[in-house]
Amino acid sequence: MKRLTSAVELEQLRVGILSRREPEKPCVSVCGGTGCRAYGCEDVAKAFKSEIKRQGLSKEIELKVTGCHGFCERGPLVVLYPQKIFYQRVSPSDVSEIIAETVIKGNVIDRLLYVDPLSGEKAQFEKDVPFYKRQQRLVFGNNGLIDPTNMEDYLAIGGYSALSEVLFNMQPEEVIEEIKKSDLRGRGGGGFPTGRKWESCRNASSSDGLRYIICNADEGDPGAYMDRSLLEGNPHSVLEGMVIGAYAVGAHDGYVYVRLEYPLALKNLGIALGQAREYGLLGQNILGSGFDFDVKISRGGGAFICGESTALMASLEGKVGEPRPKHIHTALQGLYGKPTNLNNVETWANVPLIISRGADWYSQIGTDGSKGTKIFSLVGKINNTGLVEVPMGITLREIIYDIGGGIPHGKKFKAIQTGGPSGGCLPESLIDLPVDFDRLADAGSMMGSGGMIVMDEDTCMVDIARYFVKFLTEESCGNCVPCREGLDRMLDILTDITQGKGKEEDISLLEELGGVIKEASLCALGGTAPNPVLSTIRYFRDEYEAHVRERRCPAGVCKELITFNIDPEKCTGCRVCARECPQGAISGEKKEPHVIDQEKCIKCGLCRDSCKFDAVIIL
Amino acid sequence: MMNYYEKVKAIVDRYGGNHDSVISILQDVQSEYHYLPEDALRAVASQLDIPLIQICGVATFFKAFSLKPRGEHTVSVCLGTACHVRGAPAVLDEVKRQLGIEPSETTEDMRFTLETVNCLGACALGPIVVVDDKYHGQMSPGKAKKVLNRYKKAPRDRRHEETDVSS
Repeated sequence: MKRLTSAVELEQLRVGILSRREPEKPCVSVCGGTGCRAYGCEDVAKAFKSEIKRQGLSKEIELKVTGCHGFCERGPLVVLYPQKIFYQRVSPSDVSEIIAETVIKGNVIDRLLYVDPLSGEKAQFEKDVPFYKRQQRLVFGNNGLIDPTNMEDYLAIGGYSALSEVLFNMQPEEVIEEIKKSDLRGRGGGGFPTGRKWESCRNASSSDGLRYIICNADEGDPGAYMDRSLLEGNPHSVLEGMVIGAYAVGAHDGYVYVRLEYPLALKNLGIALGQAREYGLLGQNILGSGFDFDVKISRGGGAFICGESTALMASLEGKVGEPRPKHIHTALQGLYGKPTNLNNVETWANVPLIISRGADWYSQIGTDGSKGTKIFSLVGKINNTGLVEVPMGITLREIIYDIGGGIPHGKKFKAIQTGGPSGGCLPESLIDLPVDFDRLADAGSMMGSGGMIVMDEDTCMVDIARYFVKFLTEESCGNCVPCREGLDRMLDILTDITQGKGKEEDISLLEELGGVIKEASLCALGGTAPNPVLSTIRYFRDEYEAHVRERRCPAGVCKELITFNIDPEKCTGCRVCARECPQGAISGEKKEPHVIDQEKCIKCGLCRDSCKFDAVIIL
Repeated sequence: MMNYYEKVKAIVDRYGGNHDSVISILQDVQSEYHYLPEDALRAVASQLDIPLIQICGVATFFKAFSLKPRGEHTVSVCLGTACHVRGAPAVLDEVKRQLGIEPSETTEDMRFTLETVNCLGACALGPIVVVDDKYHGQMSPGKAKKVLNRYKKAPRDRRHEETDVSS
């Protein structure tokens, strides 16, 4: 392929690609996202490949392994084009039947369709599945249409046309104006207005004219994986956004800082970089416009703090990833002391969309202060685990019940945790809260990068607070005292409470400590670290009090405060638990109810796990 | 020291001897030896002409690096929030009991290294235990015990040991 040297050549290439496409040709699209891979989708894809070959249909049927489709709960997912028939939980043994029945004869295989557990109705197409129905998948939806390793797929859906528009028809200032007008706010957590950030970076003085662009793909929040899925599934959209940003701020060097735990994202991004360079969409004289910009990939080292912009930049320079005070913003003095514009993966992926469809269109979506859509990872105690893209302003109830399908096993909803380890837990009374940057912050939580962890009645809120504080204690870089020592103390107190050693004054001490850590910490990690504790005390004080006053864990989670017991009514005396127990703590005659010796029990849960009659109960 | 010199040199050269690439260089050294041997760190320091203390700072700061030799199998228990609320702590307790080690330790026979990770992005399958590259989803203490038993019974892979010996 020769380098493209003008906007016209890009369009000619696109026309050529589209003319070779046969929209009516059968295509098997297998989701290759992380969730589906864990379910074994690679074997499914392999089975399709060999079955298509075996039947000599390689010319007639196209096979495409795409990025994440979002509905991880029902993987491996397969969509059959042109009809767009949607199959879920597909295994390699289904493959020959799918080819013979659906692809060749056009018959739908009933057992592979999604059944709505509420209505009992079967959904033949993706759009009929309630999980997808309420979503607005502007950024994420293309994942299902693209083989991320094939740039032609991205060009076929209009890829890089926004870049071409910017390079040839817009001044950098106009690009910044457009982004400002769209009111796009950073998707990484802070929610800072993107256009304003770009503007300060462009206007910042740089002695040698150097400026940098960074894509923050160090997605560290546990329970959040939308950035990973975007990079894996549609890396060119992120790159296109970065080149547009570079043009706007006047940078010629860019970095993508990718979390080490994301090998597939690294691989697909690397392939995309190579292709973009080959086609002249990166590198010198992009599309013949005279604008130069190239991107390097940098792998993170597994430190949560490196998601913080100054720590990330230190790490890019090969140093220990410690943050610095931000009296001077990184837009003015960032990487190597030069003006640096850092945005997160999802923010960059929004940019081409805004340019292509216009800020006016974009700013119609969402609420007053938060425009556009946001991708959330909906996980935890929820029926439909997956990635969902919804317009800002949608309520938590719609996300949890309409899209998420509610709480499994008929359990009661207790709380939803948003914003990652620095976010907060919101109770059932706030379930009709519209989700946007400001409303979440008002409620004591935050948007963060978009993790939403649903919790039911079996989740202990004190244990959850302790979980996040423990996480942050380990991830605190140790640079400043309030965060390092304050979080340690919080962890001690929370551990005491969960072990039944809490004192009455501990709860107010936690509140006081939380206030100090928030005020006095150096960076945003410490500044937001007390949120999980403060929000759970705010909304679930009664649970703290039960632990402290009654030495009781109402959710039955905290090991020191619970006992395993056998319900004599349900126990059949089958002896399975007694054989499983590593302590020999369970005794009883065959066919007679058994008992657990509390002195010997280590509460490992193997008995409960092995009992087929649900006779082991936690008291 | 000589053993490491050539291999480390090849890696350092790949990055043009660039000081900014310390993290990438150490990552590559680690994938070569499965951990960061002390003498390899010395070789990196001398070839980049950076004080050893600075290299050690980076090697101990980032979680991805291990200064101790690792076992034949790496068992990673996901402790992400979604896995946590679905009972990952009990799964971790059982794995610790089964292997007789704490996280970031290796069994004496060099067969298993236990690790915890903070989210693998496959939350639908939580709680998750990953052994080497294989995901085991919807774990419970009992299921984790069964998974580990399969690996314990499998014949030993001697290749890994040899790499350790040669290094």
